[in-house]
Amino acid sequence: MRIGFFLKEALRSMRRNPIPSFAAMASVLVTLLVLGVFIPVVQMTTGAANDVRDKVVLDVYLTRDATDAQAERVRELLADRTAHVASVDFVSKEAAYKRERERNPEAYELLGSNPLPDTFRVTPDDPDNIGAIRDALAPATPSGKRTVVDPAIDEVKNRKEETDKILTATSVVKLTMALLCGLLVLASALLVSNTIRLSLFSRRREVEVMKLVGATDWFIRWPFVLEGVILGALGGLLAILLLAVGKIAFIDPLAADFALISAPDTMPLSVLALLLMLAAVAVSALGSGLSLRRFLKV
Amino acid sequence: MAATEQPSRAGGGAPLPRRAPAGPPVVELRNVSKRYEGGDVGLENASLTVNRGEFVFIVGHSGSGKSTLMRLLIKETDISEGTMRVAGRDLADIGRRKVPYYRRNIGMVFQDFKLLPNRTVYDNVAYALQVTGGGRRDIREKVPDILRLTGLSTKLHNYPDQLSGGEQQRVAVARAFVNHPPLLLADEPTGNLDPETSIGIMQLLYRINRTGTTVVVATHDVAMVDQMRRRVIELQRGRVVRDQAGARYAGNEPNTAELGAILQEHLET
Repeated sequence: MRIGFFLKEALRSMRRNPIPSFAAMASVLVTLLVLGVFIPVVQMTTGAANDVRDKVVLDVYLTRDATDAQAERVRELLADRTAHVASVDFVSKEAAYKRERERNPEAYELLGSNPLPDTFRVTPDDPDNIGAIRDALAPATPSGKRTVVDPAIDEVKNRKEETDKILTATSVVKLTMALLCGLLVLASALLVSNTIRLSLFSRRREVEVMKLVGATDWFIRWPFVLEGVILGALGGLLAILLLAVGKIAFIDPLAADFALISAPDTMPLSVLALLLMLAAVAVSALGSGLSLRRFLKV
Repeated sequence: MAATEQPSRAGGGAPLPRRAPAGPPVVELRNVSKRYEGGDVGLENASLTVNRGEFVFIVGHSGSGKSTLMRLLIKETDISEGTMRVAGRDLADIGRRKVPYYRRNIGMVFQDFKLLPNRTVYDNVAYALQVTGGGRRDIREKVPDILRLTGLSTKLHNYPDQLSGGEQQRVAVARAFVNHPPLLLADEPTGNLDPETSIGIMQLLYRINRTGTTVVVATHDVAMVDQMRRRVIELQRGRVVRDQAGARYAGNEPNTAELGAILQEHLET
């Protein structure tokens, strides 16, 4: 009875203020659309960045004319006399050539000969120790360049720098998007709250009468809160629908055709939908709650 | 509780003795002062007592403190000094959260009716019951009853703006009385109405009073007050300057119809 009464009151109020109601719903809808796109994108970039981070290795390139004996000497150096080394893989120039040619046959066809040196792929015991290994193998000279500890080593290349760049870039992207999302959530909470305030303001006489006949604050408040929640839920539902349509129409065929990105796991649409719905309801309940606090003080 | 009149008392040519007050007085003010921010005086050292079942007029010019008294009684504002009791309960002890529950024991009628414009007559009256958690059956029983009492049976589904002023005020009275509160307050209930219609409202209040409800009416309609011959409390600049028991009509207490006739008679002369 009670809930039915409150629900009826909320619907009555929505019927009487259709335009502000629509505006509130639309703002929730837009916010959720952005959130719905943003969450999987962040998950993907985070996943990709983590992949890169896991693959942190140090490449030790030997000189092109290094002999097998020299290679053996460098292996010994790496495996036994350098700290923080977890494992060492040898990639011979032939193996490297074969793999690269498979990946890019035309370019290597043009080259004719094998330009690749033998390489040791050094995995550090911890990605953060990679700098230490590098410094041990190729200490920096006072002039700022690097020398090598063994004449057979041509160059020590550190992929951490690239990794760092990727990580920085993704974190910047994430931060900006999070900021944007925060602003949008705030904007839509304010809009919902404003809508409710408008509908309350147009009925402040009514609220006064309600108080005079002995309605408790919550009795007056519930229909308004429900109004906000219904608007939010409606907006959320529409947003989820649009997202689902977008996913089925655009993302799914793309993913099938191009194996889009390495596709790190994103949450399934159902979980995302649930999350968005919760956000919608929370935002609008917050919105209506905010506006009511001030109005009920007599 | 059925809203029927108590039987007219038979016999005894002399003015009827006052009903013996049962229990604590319904309204009791002791040296009450109310000052508004900015120094305006609402009430100044006012003391008065209203017993159960009384019909009391509060008169005075505008600004004399009538409305302040009404607002204090429904605890819309708080007093500055003194003590104020309603049905034996000190109003200072009622916390903000308890005010709604307190107000349910008081019916209130205003000069400007204060009806909910987007609800029908029926829903307006029903709202007072819904607020108190009254069930659907409760509403279906009481609302038609009270609307019959106030003579609005044919207007159930009209909206307030489709009614005359007198009818709107009847709806307001019905809403105030649907819970059968022990105390009914009316602040200038006839202020916006023509004399003819005012009589109808006064009759209605009188009828409600005869069911045992205490009725306090603030008004500046002196002619009406004189003819009703009830107790009159006059306020002037917040002070009680007159508290006069009504010189009752000789013979039996008039019933509602008779009262109407008396008032009508005076209107015509």
